[in-house]
Amino acid sequence: MRTIYAVIALAVLSCASLFIGNIPITLNDLLSWSSDKVEVLFLTRFPRLAAVLITGAGMSICGLIMQHITRNRFVSPTTGASVNSAHFGLLVATIFFSAYGYISSLFFAAAFAMAGTFAFVFLIRKIKVRSLEMVPLLGIMLGILIEAMATFLAYRYNMVESLSAWMIGSFTWIISGRYELLYLSVPMVLIAFIYANKFTVAGMGEDVSLSLGLKYDQVVNIGLGITSVVTAVVVIIVGAVPFLDLIVPNIVSLTKGDNLRRTIWDTAIFGALFLLICDIFSRLVIFPYEVPIGLTVGVIGSITFLILLFRRRAYER
Amino acid sequence: MIEVRDISKIYSSVTVLDGVSFRIADRSITSFVGPNGAGKTTLLGIISRLIKPDGGEVLLDEKSISEYGGSDLAKRISILKQSNFVNMRLTVRELIGFGRFPHSGGRLTGEDKDMVERAVEYLDLAEMAEKDINELSGGQRQRAFIGMIVAQDTDHILLDEPLNSLDMRHSVEMMRILRRLTDELKKTVVLVLHDINFAARYSDRMVALKNGKVAALGSVDEVVREDVLASVFDVPLEIREIDGKKICIYY
Repeated sequence: MRTIYAVIALAVLSCASLFIGNIPITLNDLLSWSSDKVEVLFLTRFPRLAAVLITGAGMSICGLIMQHITRNRFVSPTTGASVNSAHFGLLVATIFFSAYGYISSLFFAAAFAMAGTFAFVFLIRKIKVRSLEMVPLLGIMLGILIEAMATFLAYRYNMVESLSAWMIGSFTWIISGRYELLYLSVPMVLIAFIYANKFTVAGMGEDVSLSLGLKYDQVVNIGLGITSVVTAVVVIIVGAVPFLDLIVPNIVSLTKGDNLRRTIWDTAIFGALFLLICDIFSRLVIFPYEVPIGLTVGVIGSITFLILLFRRRAYER
Repeated sequence: MIEVRDISKIYSSVTVLDGVSFRIADRSITSFVGPNGAGKTTLLGIISRLIKPDGGEVLLDEKSISEYGGSDLAKRISILKQSNFVNMRLTVRELIGFGRFPHSGGRLTGEDKDMVERAVEYLDLAEMAEKDINELSGGQRQRAFIGMIVAQDTDHILLDEPLNSLDMRHSVEMMRILRRLTDELKKTVVLVLHDINFAARYSDRMVALKNGKVAALGSVDEVVREDVLASVFDVPLEIREIDGKKICIYY
């Protein structure tokens, strides 16, 4: 996949996505500056597009970083306990600290995501799991455990519905004034770009990193910190978007290799493109209603992932 | 110059290394030999600071390696371990480029690129420079990793069982490359070897370890002796001289 085609597709689909919705907007409305239509554009359409692009790029990069740090292609915030932990944190914030609004949501979701992710990485480094499949299994196990604790808490405080709503991500409620927290991902992603080379070296393993004079622990901590914050922000605003963070880095790796400095841009662009396609599909398939994005990504993602696994097996032979 | 001073290492009450001391001569090849579990790999790990010793210290130019900064030491000592198998899709040239990491932090300057090209040439990797390291055969991949170390341009190169899983031809090729690194580029090479004959043929000096202690050390002639090796390896063996080179027969 050539980067330039992806960029063009992204630009075209981004423009198209602005014109999809219940209130029809035409080019003429924009040219004549029809005020209520322009308002719709800035109130819902543009925020939604921005949210989709940031989530797609951000989560994909999180997956990419986690896959390098754990040296395992099946690890991502979804399979590495980060998302479940962020849910738990968000629940705690909503139950006990709702008076503080977004700040407490952000703080608790990010702190819990960090704790969960670090616990997971600590576990796999401590146990020294050698088999490739054990690592994501361990992550999923830890995630289920954390989700169970959250569910227990939710039952006690009558919050089960909120919890299950967070588990299925959706861009339906993204409107101006309610999604800006997502922009916090942008500086995180920029830090990831700066550290791209170091993540690649860390991906070669602790011994190689030490031999090359890389501060391994520091780089791992920064990588997991970025992952946790982006995951937390996405979980708060959008909810869980499964598979995205797992598939996109793998697809890019298959075509472009594993040198992060070369692939991190492609991962961001392709992640945004993939999610945008899923979002447009979600909005059109039962128009004027829409399917939650998590569902679309889950279906399209699972199929893509299966194809990927078969292709990978063929590739490795 | 590297000096190992009174190094000991204990793994859960098993003493792996017990007061090991010696100096490693510059611009020479030193092989660590000895039976399994003698502590060779641990010792190499300690010298390269991948493993922390429980006692003693390793000195590089009279200064403890623990006093060096990470990237400063990475410009002086490099290590290649067998377990450094990298399951990443990198091209040979990219991999070698990462050898420049301690010098450039990953952003290759013109000088770095020259060093990479020189390493590619030196190891005869030009034809496969754009290939994925996973597509290479075992011997070629090993050479690519040596290329990375040549690009790292350290004066000390440590290798843990570099001949593991290489066939005869590639083993000889590997040892000749190491010999050239010492003779032409004036590198100090330290390696763990299992094959006593490869060690005897290509090393300048040998260190024989047994039960975490130095059992013998010195030039090849001093170590490759029937009485010394028989007691180190606990097997009866014979040493013959063929064309002035000592060959150890142990089967």
